[in-house]
Amino acid sequence: MSDTPHFLQIKGLRDGLLITLADAPWETVSQALLAHIGERQSFFQGARLALDVGQQALKVIDLADLRDRLSDQGVSLWAVLSESPTTQNAAQLLGLATRLFRPRLQEFEPAPSSMADETALWLHRTLRSGVRVESPGHVVIWGDVNPGAEVVAAGHILVWGRLRGSVHAGAQGDRNAMIAALEFSPMQARIANQEVVISDPKPHPGPKVIAFRDDRLTVDDWQAT
Amino acid sequence: MGAQVITITSGKGGVGKTTAVANLAVALAADGQKVVCVDGDIGLRNLDVVMGLENRIVYDVVDVIEGRCRLRQAMIRDKRLPELYLIPAAQTRDKSAVSPSDMVRLCDELRGEVDWVIIDSPAGIERGFKNAIAPADRVIVLTNPEVSAVRDADRVIGILEAEEKGSPGLIINRLNPAMVRRHDMLSAEDVLDLLAVRLLGVVPEDENVIVATNRGVPVALDGKSRAGQAFRNIARRLKGEDVPFLDLDDQGTLWQKLSRLTGRKSS
Repeated sequence: MSDTPHFLQIKGLRDGLLITLADAPWETVSQALLAHIGERQSFFQGARLALDVGQQALKVIDLADLRDRLSDQGVSLWAVLSESPTTQNAAQLLGLATRLFRPRLQEFEPAPSSMADETALWLHRTLRSGVRVESPGHVVIWGDVNPGAEVVAAGHILVWGRLRGSVHAGAQGDRNAMIAALEFSPMQARIANQEVVISDPKPHPGPKVIAFRDDRLTVDDWQAT
Repeated sequence: MGAQVITITSGKGGVGKTTAVANLAVALAADGQKVVCVDGDIGLRNLDVVMGLENRIVYDVVDVIEGRCRLRQAMIRDKRLPELYLIPAAQTRDKSAVSPSDMVRLCDELRGEVDWVIIDSPAGIERGFKNAIAPADRVIVLTNPEVSAVRDADRVIGILEAEEKGSPGLIINRLNPAMVRRHDMLSAEDVLDLLAVRLLGVVPEDENVIVATNRGVPVALDGKSRAGQAFRNIARRLKGEDVPFLDLDDQGTLWQKLSRLTGRKSS
């Protein structure tokens, strides 16, 4: 690796490569990356690549294009790391990982006393099978959560639609977190470190809210308060 | 005006993609359209078998892409329909022999030659799938009324939406109206309710399909087969015709439900 362009930093991981891209215009860094890989075909052939794009806000089309071009060169892109929510979202939509290792469940950490920042991730679409959404705050979904989709939030999860996938509210241990949905028939639902037990396999009709009450998780009708 | 490129995919294997490609191609060609099917399942080809053309293969799609033959030389003309062609997959290579941009180039060349290009996607969501959807103007997702197949179809629809391929059309294959009536099978309504995309057709389960597949004579050529009729109707809907859904249920309830559903979609 004598003349790695200054836009790229390459590191070996246990099961592939991690390339960190400099904070330069996307056009420039992505071209530099492809050119670099093109020059060293034999080294990169068949590589599993994770890409750290830093602050770049990238759209699905940017990532899809890069992935296809990498794939043309025999490199498979499996993860995109970024600090930008836009990029993380795009990567998740394409089924790419957004972190290198799954975080350990932090269930035994002291629970934060208040909700994280009171910010919410707003998603106006249906989450289909295979999509995983994670947020350090609350999540509001205007659409359905289909079976096979997962939502993990440190705060509340509100689904203005049918909840049929898996959800985990208060994922960092906050037992004040709640789950609410217009139709509640999830594959799995958890708040903090406790599973919601669904005794009746048929969907409960009507909007529901799920919260801890006296140390027990309860499923109640969701009513105006 | 060039050809329309349509890719048929499903996520899950064994739901009937290859059968659907063969039947839609035959139905369109029998209707006077010029059609070429491309087998995208490199390494596991079988569209040629279903169409009864396996003993005519000289060149395949990888030969075209790698420049060992001209496009025309790899287009096998059907025995029955003069305007139907097949470009077979290579059996001795794998998916990595082709890239998405190769497929786009191939289809751009075909656009000038025919009215319809129909691509048979392999199962899965990896390279072969990406190759198959890259050139598509329209994607059709095929599923069975089965929880696992519908789950995979949902995943595939999510990927198609994310890749800005637009919302795909849906074909529900192998529906058994008697089982639906007994609540032993998901209904077309259940499937549509979850997937929320445009329904192109429902193909009833039909033993003739298996016989036809083994003989290499697609069932759409059989005037008496219910599945064949369903495929012919879907082909006409692809051409933009407004064809009512088949009355699959003897009691007529499914047809009523379907017309209600599609009525709601278009309003």
